[in-house]
Amino acid sequence: MTDFSSIFGLALGLVASGDGELYAIIALSLRVTLTAVAIGCLVGLPLGAFLAVVRFPGHGAVTALLNAFMGLPPVVVGLVVYLLLSRAGPLGVLGLLYTPTAMIIAQAVLVTPLIAALARQSLSDLHGEYDELFQSLGLSTRRKMAALIWDGRYSLSTAALAGFGRAIAEVGAVIIVGGNIEHVTRVMTTAIALETSKGDLALALALGIILMTLSLAVNAAVLSLNRTARRLAYA
Amino acid sequence: MLKATETENMGHVRRTPLFPLVAKGLKYASGERALIDGLSLEIGETTRTVILGPNGAGKSLLLRLLHGLLEPDAGSITWGGEAMSGEVQARQALVFQRPTLLRRSALANLTFVLSHLPAAERTTRAHELLAAAHLEHIAATPARLLSGGEQQRLSLARALAREPDVLFLDEPSASIDPAATALIEKMIANAADDGTKIVLVTHDLGQARRLADEVVFLHQGRVTEVTPAPEFFSRPRTDPARSFVAGRLVL
Repeated sequence: MTDFSSIFGLALGLVASGDGELYAIIALSLRVTLTAVAIGCLVGLPLGAFLAVVRFPGHGAVTALLNAFMGLPPVVVGLVVYLLLSRAGPLGVLGLLYTPTAMIIAQAVLVTPLIAALARQSLSDLHGEYDELFQSLGLSTRRKMAALIWDGRYSLSTAALAGFGRAIAEVGAVIIVGGNIEHVTRVMTTAIALETSKGDLALALALGIILMTLSLAVNAAVLSLNRTARRLAYA
Repeated sequence: MLKATETENMGHVRRTPLFPLVAKGLKYASGERALIDGLSLEIGETTRTVILGPNGAGKSLLLRLLHGLLEPDAGSITWGGEAMSGEVQARQALVFQRPTLLRRSALANLTFVLSHLPAAERTTRAHELLAAAHLEHIAATPARLLSGGEQQRLSLARALAREPDVLFLDEPSASIDPAATALIEKMIANAADDGTKIVLVTHDLGQARRLADEVVFLHQGRVTEVTPAPEFFSRPRTDPARSFVAGRLVL
């Protein structure tokens, strides 16, 4: 077993070498995950805001369901998306299986409930504060939702971050619908899984370190944005 | 005489009359406890109505019921003979005791309620309102960084931005100092002079004396009297009001 410092050296060496393949994998990881998170935000934030603003029969059940979906098992999501996109499936004609688009779809399905549930929680608190004002102003549901999302944008970045964390670290869904095809659908996590199964633990760990560093960098960027916002008393 | 469609396009111009405001047999309970207990009230067009009473009399609650933020458990509220509607509520504004300000700049708090105006006009109008509230210098400051008095003035400016026919105020100066209170009262008096009906809740006798044309005295969830202000302060008709004006403890 190689010791940790040499693995760290390997990771640094990999990054420094300017290895095109490595950068392609990193780029694809980021492209898939960021697109999935963007879709998750586009759907999840309004959904969370809607649940924060509107009370309807079955509201509790929808909220509970959403909360439960936060913990969707990636392999199950991967399998369902696989069945939908496979040649015999209802969306088979699109020919999306084993493409980055399929991976984006699977990850979007994974992160949307997570983002929506976290958004609902944080926007419910904000709505509690604004509710009487909104009522007094006679705002439409749409305007209430928009105002909540805008005013809560910094705390919502935490929801987006959680979605990013879940998607970037996820392997079960992308490996099923993407297939870990070299130069096409290989991402950080599937590459790590592959190197591990091949027995190249050092390379796998080095890739893992790069992945974690990436994740850390994104988190740090968003958190520092948050801190700035809080200093400006908007958050 | 303006046609209905024309008046509709003119915003705050008087349309169907809102007064008299009549509340009949209002009840509102929290659990077992009746907070508003068979309250009846008629408010006319008299410019400045002050709802006065000790803490816990149900003043803030009454204001919320009248403005339609809460539904009474029983009883009815009519405005000029008509039930509360979105259209009636749109002609009213309420200033809360604790200012609820959006997490935006002072200016953006005003433009938010001016969305019916074209963008350029919106900003101009918001600046005018800030100037009238002596807040022009903090236009870009996040509303939450303002002092208590500034926040309440901004809250009042935002209510006035809607050019309401009726302005409700719930203890607008409960937590601010005398200088800030004077500014708030000046703004209220100006609004009244511009023809806005003022309905102000307070437990502050001094403020009631300064602002009221008419006093509604509330005690234990009921109206004990509705009296023109000079008469109320010299000869209150009911015992609880007499005790309150005399500065005795009212329980």
